[in-house]
Amino acid sequence: MPTARSAQLSTILTDHAEAVRAAWLDASSVELRGRSTRGELEREQSDIYDALVEGLRDGGSELGDAAFDQLRGILADVSGARARLGFTPRETAMAVFALKEGLYSLVDDDVRAHLTPLMRLVDDLGLYTFENYADAREAIITEQAEQLMELSTPVVKLWEGIVAVPLVGTLDSARTQVVMEKLLNTLVETGSEHAIIDITGVPAVDTQVAQHLLKTVVAARLMGAQCTISGIRPQIAQTIVALGIEFGDIRTRASLADALVDALREKKRPTSEVRG
Amino acid sequence: MTTTSPTTGTRQPVRDDSDVVRVRQAVRRLAQQARLSLVDQTKLVTAASELARNTLVHGGGGEAEVELVTSGLRTGVRAVFSDQGPGIADLDLALTDGWTSGGGLGLGLSGSRRLVEHFAIDTTPGVGTRVEIAAWAR
Repeated sequence: MPTARSAQLSTILTDHAEAVRAAWLDASSVELRGRSTRGELEREQSDIYDALVEGLRDGGSELGDAAFDQLRGILADVSGARARLGFTPRETAMAVFALKEGLYSLVDDDVRAHLTPLMRLVDDLGLYTFENYADAREAIITEQAEQLMELSTPVVKLWEGIVAVPLVGTLDSARTQVVMEKLLNTLVETGSEHAIIDITGVPAVDTQVAQHLLKTVVAARLMGAQCTISGIRPQIAQTIVALGIEFGDIRTRASLADALVDALREKKRPTSEVRG
Repeated sequence: MTTTSPTTGTRQPVRDDSDVVRVRQAVRRLAQQARLSLVDQTKLVTAASELARNTLVHGGGGEAEVELVTSGLRTGVRAVFSDQGPGIADLDLALTDGWTSGGGLGLGLSGSRRLVEHFAIDTTPGVGTRVEIAAWAR
């Protein structure tokens, strides 16, 4: 497309700016009902429209052209903001597709009556494809998050007969299950009788986390292992007290080092004296 | 009374476990911004975690609003959790330590009240529940 043609398009858009933008705004407000106010949309669209007209005037013909640098920047911002606000891919893409509704008003009646329904349908096909693609991507991300969860819960052997689980991050039901299984298996495999669960990396211990920890400890004890919870930081200790959680006779230590020293000391004593 | 600066708050849905984590992160971020002590930060975050989970588990999902607030010279963080769930029939019972309706420890609601400076609950059976908490920098 020669530069002259771009300039011509820019003139068309400028001449019919009011009608095109009004139709554009109407179309996207219908699609985004309740998610975005009309004022927000209008501001957003006026930015996009101005950048488009300017880009065309500067001779831009393809989106990759330098003349459209600003337009690309605005579109990237708008899409990013919508993704963070939880808009669907369809709602996001409509910000741009709805502009075509404005352009339909420029073509002559005959063409409009015959072709616009088809063009709308094609747009819908595109949006549908895009949405499915995004769903598939989302599924992949969820899958990876699950894999990460397994990776992030290693059970390490600290000493002969002593294993530790350094917990990092959020402890939900799914992850507790993974941790518990891994810990119990490792206890059997390594023939260990001491397990240390370190929660230094757990940002907050609420009742759910505490309950999960208690269950894991009880399970380890049922298998005959001594279990210590270590890594109780001062702020966590105060929060646990205020919440009213009781760890009962479960042994807790401030640091992993303390817990390890304890376990080593007990290993030296005859088993009959060991109490947990 | 309290005034709110509009730029420093978020409203987010509480629909699944990952939303609970997001609410917690938002509360932590604002608590750091409000310069709460580490202990108060942790307490507020823990309370927010409990209440967000209550919204999810008992309220059937809802939303959380977190914002920075100022009162005189003090800065603080306020979090509001609301749902259109079944509500709480017996509030006194629900606020009793150790009473649980869902197999938990029964300390979530009562414990949260002890974790924060301001705690207000408004519930109507069949209509929903709204819990407001706030903590202030000392």
